[in-house]
Amino acid sequence: MTSYEPIAQVPRLRRSRATRAKTALKKAPFSAWFGLLVILGYVIVAVFAHWIAPYGETQVFSEAFAPWSQQFKLGTDQLGRDMLTRLIYGARNTIGIAVATTLLSFAVGVSLGLLAALYRGWLDQILSRAVDVLMSIPSLIFALVLLSIFGSSITSLIIIIALLDSTRVFRLARAVGLNVAVMEYVEVARLRGEGPKWIVAKEILPNVMPPLVAEFGLRFCFVFLTIAALSFLGVGIQPPTADWGSMVRENATLITYGDVTPLLPAGAIALLTVSVNFVVDWFLHATSGLRDER
Amino acid sequence: MKGSGPASREKGKDLLQIRNLHVEGFSDERWHPIVRGVDLALKRGEVLGLIGESGAGKSTIGLAAMGYAKPGCRITRGSILFDGIDLLALSETGRRRLRGSRIAYVAQSAAASFNPAHRLLDQTVETVVAHGIASREKANRSAVDLYRRLQLPDPETIGFRYPHQVAGGQLQRAMTAMAMACRPDLIVFDEPTTALDVTTQVEVLASIRNIVEEFNTAAIYVTHDLAVVAQMADRIMVLRHGLTVEEAETRQMLASPSQEYTKTLWAVRKLAKPEVPADEYLLTIDNVTAAYARTVKVLQNVSIKVPRGRTVAVVGESGSGKSTLARVVTGLLPPLSGSISFAGQALSKALKTRPKEILRRIQMIYQMPDNALNPRQTVEEVIARPLEFYLGLKGAQRDRRIGELMHMVEMSETYLDRLPAELSGGQKQRVCIARALAADPELIICDEITSALDQIVQEEILKLLMRLQRELGMSYIFITHDIAIVRAIADEIVVMHQGKVVEQGLKSEILTPPHAPYTERLLSSVPEMDPDWLTRLLASRRM
Repeated sequence: MTSYEPIAQVPRLRRSRATRAKTALKKAPFSAWFGLLVILGYVIVAVFAHWIAPYGETQVFSEAFAPWSQQFKLGTDQLGRDMLTRLIYGARNTIGIAVATTLLSFAVGVSLGLLAALYRGWLDQILSRAVDVLMSIPSLIFALVLLSIFGSSITSLIIIIALLDSTRVFRLARAVGLNVAVMEYVEVARLRGEGPKWIVAKEILPNVMPPLVAEFGLRFCFVFLTIAALSFLGVGIQPPTADWGSMVRENATLITYGDVTPLLPAGAIALLTVSVNFVVDWFLHATSGLRDER
Repeated sequence: MKGSGPASREKGKDLLQIRNLHVEGFSDERWHPIVRGVDLALKRGEVLGLIGESGAGKSTIGLAAMGYAKPGCRITRGSILFDGIDLLALSETGRRRLRGSRIAYVAQSAAASFNPAHRLLDQTVETVVAHGIASREKANRSAVDLYRRLQLPDPETIGFRYPHQVAGGQLQRAMTAMAMACRPDLIVFDEPTTALDVTTQVEVLASIRNIVEEFNTAAIYVTHDLAVVAQMADRIMVLRHGLTVEEAETRQMLASPSQEYTKTLWAVRKLAKPEVPADEYLLTIDNVTAAYARTVKVLQNVSIKVPRGRTVAVVGESGSGKSTLARVVTGLLPPLSGSISFAGQALSKALKTRPKEILRRIQMIYQMPDNALNPRQTVEEVIARPLEFYLGLKGAQRDRRIGELMHMVEMSETYLDRLPAELSGGQKQRVCIARALAADPELIICDEITSALDQIVQEEILKLLMRLQRELGMSYIFITHDIAIVRAIADEIVVMHQGKVVEQGLKSEILTPPHAPYTERLLSSVPEMDPDWLTRLLASRRM
């Protein structure tokens, strides 16, 4: 038998991550570009806050509620701190905490959710019921209780919000994971003798990314709200650290005088939220169908 | 019904005329031709069989006959005249008015085409009521009548069931009833029996043929199964790459195909290999009983021996326990009782307790390569994993072995960077075979691995497997319901029915009469390339 001839010759498409990313970017719609640029801008501001901000984060000037001027571009707040400076440092704190929290909640929620989907049985029962218990307590009240026990340092804030958020992520990951866990390629991996780490990370996770990424965009925005709510109740980010949520609240009275300054941090949150979701939408569109088959 | 009095239903008048049809599909950022200038004419009451390998454009032509192109496809040139109406010139609303009432469609998978949330009867009469042809009561009565004509069990009440409550073959007939509800002039059947096993297929074919004859409905029957089309069609059109290869009356086409390509299609079913008796047994399944949820017994006292370097074909209809047998051997379903020994050693029952070395020596290939390949892994990643996992190969050594494996399954190394979605069905199955070979196994379990492929690809895969067996000497357990495949590759045959082994022995013993009653039924249900086969079979069964 000499039929060792390959059945067809096709050009080999060596696709490294970098080239794939490049072609994807080239095809990205305007909204995605807008979102990416805004996020990039936020990140630069957050990272280089120390050099960009005109004053120190907690530097207090004599005039409280000062109007916009040469010296204070966006005026000062209720204690006489420069609004622009606070806004810039707020980016660092708020985004930093929100990113860390969301990432942590996804790391916990997704890995446990996919394990539950893969093994089902008693592991699934224990995890799912534990999540049910956590979800049955209103999360804000639960967070309040935990924060008053552990103290409201930034670390405990991140861990507690992440833990409470991960219950929702767990549910989603388990639900989408169940659909993939019954696929034959997962069975193939089990028959090969692969351990749970490989099966979850290499076989299931890549196939459940689209819904998880969509959820990531949404959760990221909700974390802002939770932090703002906790700050409002006095257990969130502690003064004098700047964060956008509490800045809105502290200067809310100015709105009654027709001053838009307190809306700026709110606007900053809104712009970031919209941008993150633009990018998420684009990502979803690019990955949900393996190829465009509309 | 409306405008279709007895005169216009007269046989022999032109119903459908397609001229110079061009259809394009959109992929990889550009338009590719799918159908490249096909002419087709259909008279009232005539059944035309469209046949060809996958990608030949047969389904696309079937849909175009309804003036429809799938999303991502467009009809670029040509004319489609249905009963004097130019479908392409008609507005979408006009076309929609025709569809369902005068042209109907029966899809390959009835299970996917029915809405699981509604009862069969409601779905059957939906178009009739929507087109205002009859009142709901009248439509319900005529639907029951159709169920009866299609020989569905309990025609009075079956309509009140939900799609998941009836068997696959019955669902396909209910789908035909739905298409027939408006008494259309033309029905397009798109591989209606491909997903069914042989014994069910015969029943569905018979009832479709009867009802089409009874109502003098014209039909386009799309399939890749020659023997099926021989039973159903008055005329056959062979397609390839979107072009007509040849067209003739069924009998003439079967007797003397004129084109080379048609002859190769005809030759596929003649593949055969001489059996070789066993000299040593690799796997022994002894008195195994297995059940799901401890109560539903799917295997009962099954004993099977698999010789080294040979092929054992396990045949039976769906639900006979064939696939469960595979799950027991691989350890996915630990049996309740009985024992399995592999290469002289007892095989532990559960997958978890089996050492890696044993797992390596037993590999499995699945029916649907789409499900068996991770859509996010490239061909290279898929094949490389067993090499790394079992054999610890790395770097250049690994790459060389990947190259050899691709060579063995006759694929070019240029495919290594592709994702499964960028491969054809046959190529995907080759990748699955390469993945199994990568583990250097002694036993490969093939679970219906060719039933999702068309006949030419099927033959290539079977030839490949036989060649690999000659060269590498592994054993196959080949699970199938297709007797033609059994003839082609088996050394020994195991016939299963309702979880029990009916017969077991060398191919020649099982396939030569006298047969056990169930084997007889199974063998006689396999369509033959003789246009009178179905008629003869039905006559003999009725006696």
